[in-house]
Parts: sequence; C-alpha cells; structure tokens
Amino acid sequence: MSVLIYIDHADGQIKKSALEAISYGAALAKKLNTTADGLVLGKVSEDLASLGAYGLSTVHQAGDETFDKADAQALAKTIASSATQLGATVLIFAANANGIAIAPRTAVRLKAGLVSFAVALPETDNGFTVKKVVFSGKAFAHVKINTPVKVITLTGNSYPVQKAEGTASVANLDVQPENSKITVTGVQMIEGEVPLTEAEIVVSGGRGLKGPENWHLVTDLAHALHGAIACSRPVADDGWRPHHEHVGQTGIQIAPNLYIAIGISGAIQHLGGVNRSKTIVVINKDPEAPFFKAADYGIVGDAFEVVPRLTEAIKAIKG
Amino acid sequence: MKILVAVSKAPDTTAKVTFKDNNTAFNEDGVQWIVNPYDEWYALVRAIELKEAAPDTIIHLVSVDESGADVILRKALALGGDEAIRVNCKPTDSFSVASQLAAVAKEGAYDLILTGKETIDFNDGAVPGMLAELLDIPCIAVATKLTVQDGQATVVKEIEGGEQTEQVSFPVVISCAKGMAKQRMAGIRNVIAARSKTIRVVEPVAVDQLTQAVSFELPAAKTGVKMVEAGQEAELARLLREEAKVI
Repeated sequence: MSVLIYIDHADGQIKKSALEAISYGAALAKKLNTTADGLVLGKVSEDLASLGAYGLSTVHQAGDETFDKADAQALAKTIASSATQLGATVLIFAANANGIAIAPRTAVRLKAGLVSFAVALPETDNGFTVKKVVFSGKAFAHVKINTPVKVITLTGNSYPVQKAEGTASVANLDVQPENSKITVTGVQMIEGEVPLTEAEIVVSGGRGLKGPENWHLVTDLAHALHGAIACSRPVADDGWRPHHEHVGQTGIQIAPNLYIAIGISGAIQHLGGVNRSKTIVVINKDPEAPFFKAADYGIVGDAFEVVPRLTEAIKAIKG
Repeated sequence: MKILVAVSKAPDTTAKVTFKDNNTAFNEDGVQWIVNPYDEWYALVRAIELKEAAPDTIIHLVSVDESGADVILRKALALGGDEAIRVNCKPTDSFSVASQLAAVAKEGAYDLILTGKETIDFNDGAVPGMLAELLDIPCIAVATKLTVQDGQATVVKEIEGGEQTEQVSFPVVISCAKGMAKQRMAGIRNVIAARSKTIRVVEPVAVDQLTQAVSFELPAAKTGVKMVEAGQEAELARLLREEAKVI
C-alpha cells in the first residue's frame, strides 16, 4: 500500500501544480502511515532526488522521450500498469489539462473510484471520503470512494506546496511507451502572461470598463502584481477579451490568493467561479453591487480613477 | 458521418444551491432544469453545424437519466438531432454514466462522440475520458474548436497558458468547451417538430457504484467586507500586504 503521485512536466520543468500534488500526496501518505512515491514519464531536466524535499520517498522514472508526446490513452496504460506493479493504492494527479485527461482513463483501467477536483485531504477515519467542488463553485461535496484503489485529481491552488529537507531515491522504471493515436500539430502559448489556473493573483474586468480599449487598466494592475488577467462572461461574449480569460460558472473556476474584480457586479454565475479565492477585492461605482457582499475589501468609486491610483500604490509598496 | 451527443439535465445557472435531509441531498424545490450548457451550446450546436455542412450526417442524442429528463431531451431535439436515446436510470457517478453511455455507443458505431467538458452540477469532467477508455478509443478533453475531414478530426484544446492543435482519426470522444460553436435558440417550428421525434428508452446495464456523494456543504460566508474610501488606494495596498498578506 502506498500513495503514487503522477508528476506532470512541460519543457523539462516540473509544473507547480505537480508540486502541489506531491505535497498533497505526501501529507496523505503520512495520514495513512505509508510512503509517497512519484512517477515521472518522459524527460525532466530537474534533479529528481531533490523532490524528496516535498516528501517523496522514491521517484520512479521512465525517461524515454516518446512519453513527452504520448496521448492520454497511452499514458494511462503505462500509469495504470506501473501503479499495479508498484502496489500503489492511491493515485494523485494535478487537475490540470493533462491530469483531467489521464486520470479518468487510469481509474477505469484500475477499476478505481475517482474523485475529480479535490480541494482538501481525504478523511480516512471512517472509510475514505474526499471533499470536492460541485455546482461550479457554489458548494462542496464529500465523496466516498468504495474501491480498494483510489484516484484523486487535485484542484490547483487548493493545497499549498510544502518544502522541507530530504532526498528521494530515484529508480528506473522499465516500461515501454504505448502507441499514441493523437498527434499534436501545433502549440500556441500566450506570451508574457501568467496562466490563469496557476496564478496566485488574478485581476479581472467586467462591463464596467466600458470597452476593450480600456483594458490597460486591468493589465497594468495585473503586471504590477505579477498576476494573471481574467474577465466576466459578458466581456468574453462581446469579444472584448478572449474566451480563455472568462472566469465564472461556465468559464474557468479559479481559487487564487487574491482576486481583484473591477467593474463586475457579481452575478451568482460569476461568484461560483471565483468564491474560493482567499481574498477578494471589489472595485465598483455602484455601492449596491452584489459582489461587495462576497468581498473582503471594497472600494466604491470610478474604476478609471481608482485603478490607476491602486496600481501606483502597489508599485510603491513593492518597490 | 454518425455523431452521438451526450447531454445531461442540469440546474439553471441562476439556481440557488441548497441542500436537504441533513445536507445529504440537493434541494430540487423550485429549481428550473436546463440542458447542461456545455452539452448544449458547444457539443450539440457544433454537431448541428457539422450536419449543416454535411447533410447526410446522423445525430443521435443520449442522456442517462430518469423520465424527468425527457423534457430536456425534447429541448435539445428542438435545436437539432435526429433522435434521442434515454438510458433509464438515475445517474449516480461519472463511472456509472460512462458505462451506460459506452453500452449505447457500442451499439451505434459512432464516428464522433461529443460531450460537454463537464456538467455544471457535479463538475467531474471525467465522463468523456472514462467513456473513451471503456470503448478503447482516443479522447480529446476541453476542446474549443473542431473541424472534420476524411474521417479525421482536427481539434484545438486548452492547455496551461495557451492552446494546442491535435489531430486524430475517428472514432473519437471530444469534450467541448466555450469557443466550439455559437449559441443559438430553437425556433418555434423546430420546437413543434421536436415533439414528433423519437426518444428511445433503453434499460441500463449493471454497473458497480464506485463512489457516492455522502454529504454537501456551502462555502463559508464572508465575515463582512472592509470598505476603503476612493482616494485611499495606498491604504488598500497596505491592508493587502499587512492584514491579508497576499501581496
């Protein structure tokens, strides 16, 4: 019995969401009196032994570069057979683009119950129950897994990366890549912006900004905070901003440390997507905007005056 | 081309979420039901667009639910689709739904299976991947664009910090998100025509329940907003650093 964490990486770098998954898996292993091991498929330039600092005992690696281009179907086969071979009873994935594609397939192969988008460590006193987001952020469910093997995907920014001292042993995993049916023909990264789902600070704009030509208010503040940019649904629907920046019930659900909403009234569908943010700041000229009831800090005022002053104040404080 | 679109019944996006029976069940009193937005706006409408471009395309809709979902299937049929199939059982978890869908999919030999990226009630996003694994076919999750040609799908999907274009041969499962298609309304003539379309009811296959939601809770309410006067932005910055400790 052990906890196995799938360590996701891109361009040779281990993702922050993978470090969160490792920290979560290590804490769970401690709770279950067992060990936490990592699984790396593909080429990683970082020193895998150093992952011991996050609580891993052993990192199992199959370094064949073919894994870097493998699709979810191929990876799930390898992960499931490795998990069985290593005697893992709980598998942890980051709930990122790769994790949400691979974990359901892996769970099916292992006949394991899956909880997607977990937000807290499992309760293990009476069975095995995991808290997850439901109703698009409007509520949480406690989901019991009935199977001997369990699979969990961990929501980003819901469990902190925990680093101490330690060295992991690194073991070579003797597995061959399976054939992939999906071919990646192009990747377009958005240069210079922080990915929304990984951001610790998010600055978001709504209709109150009156038009896309005023978005520098949002981007200037976001850049001063090294944060990511988001928007409300009407803004994306009107084409002021791209769809991938839309946060809310039918957009992306986020849980940053700080969410600053500018000119967003706070409709229930928007709140669902952002209400797990640790601190919420609302700037709106309407004192009756419902968002103030869900906020920690608020300013009633004209965004065109308040936001530039806030940006300057942030720059001053950050030196 | 033969397309299967999986649709779910979901509470309206404006629905207030509350629970009953000591927080063990969703309180459905007064809740309006809709077609799950990802299934409708993106999966179904994209299927209809593909049929408009290639009229010999056949679209089947499928839902795993009890008879209360027929009204949702009619609503979906009013947008488009040739017939609907309802697997007559309560959806319990992602694996049970995927298993029922797999049984329907095997029988229909579909080229393309489209789903929403997730339902807005349980938010697992796991059904498409599980379904594909049960069918042993590929799946592309959270797609924002889809074109088809010569038995191949070209798909754009979201990844962290960008997007990726992928190619795959049929059959394939694709879960659909915003950007895939333009939202449309059903005209009254289509609503009437949908009344005479077939909803075929099939009985479920036996499936083990691997997980169950045992209780629910609402997020902790904010303790109260601290208001800062306009003009005092430096004070807000100080509070964010010293009190909230987030910058």
